[in-house]
Amino acid sequence: MENFTPINGLIGGLLIGLSTALMILFNGKIAGISGIVGGLLARKGSEVGWRAVFVMGLLLGAFVYMLATGGPIPVNLQASLPVMVVAGLLVGFGTRLGSGCTSGHGISGIARFSKRSIVATLVFMGMAIITVFVTHHVL
Amino acid sequence: MLKMLINLFGGTLFGLGLTVSGMVNPQKVIGFLDVAGDWDPTLAFVMGGALLVAIPAFRLILRRSHPVLAEEFELPSKKDVDGRLLGGAALFGVGWGLAGFCPGPAVTALASGLLPVFAFVAAMIVGMAAYKWIS
Repeated sequence: MENFTPINGLIGGLLIGLSTALMILFNGKIAGISGIVGGLLARKGSEVGWRAVFVMGLLLGAFVYMLATGGPIPVNLQASLPVMVVAGLLVGFGTRLGSGCTSGHGISGIARFSKRSIVATLVFMGMAIITVFVTHHVL
Repeated sequence: MLKMLINLFGGTLFGLGLTVSGMVNPQKVIGFLDVAGDWDPTLAFVMGGALLVAIPAFRLILRRSHPVLAEEFELPSKKDVDGRLLGGAALFGVGWGLAGFCPGPAVTALASGLLPVFAFVAAMIVGMAAYKWIS
């Protein structure tokens, strides 16, 4: 557990929770990223605008971190380019078919004690653990 | 206008949280998912921290008749666990395990400028468009 960073994890988690609370309190929206990004493909302008602004905010958050720390954001990639493309396709298709991802199901859904979200989170986390086990310890 | 500022501020807080927590880093995410390896429990603390705020927030906020700046709360209407939910979550889980990226961290990590991150996000959008096309 040499890389374990619980304090940073907890602080980051609180910020994510605060964002989730603000979005529902003021705008009545669920801060689910796959839904927000997927909705950018909608034709209606009223659906696209707020989502595009939220996505710009995500990037702005990373830039705020870079400005505050004076360093790059930590991104150590773990897969080759072809695997990244396959993974991206699965994540995009799967999150839309399953109506959510780590944020929409894993945070907002669980916070509302939604049965669908609790089941979805157990399934995607279980499948991800199995996938990592197979790619790191079997293959 | 005020709504748009909330969207921008909400996105920024979310992106900052993902970066501070290290969740933009696939190495940390895979470190959590790799329970048989050198396990890194950080991701559980991130979800825990988020839920620590989100659980009481939803309880209190959803007592209101409507949001501060909008007419109604837009909450998911589906209640049943069905094949789509299970199948979608399973496919997503495989992709998440392969790359160590889920949608929020991947989009936020575009700020790193790394080409494979752009490839992942482009493929993710293609996957989303494919679902929209067949559904």
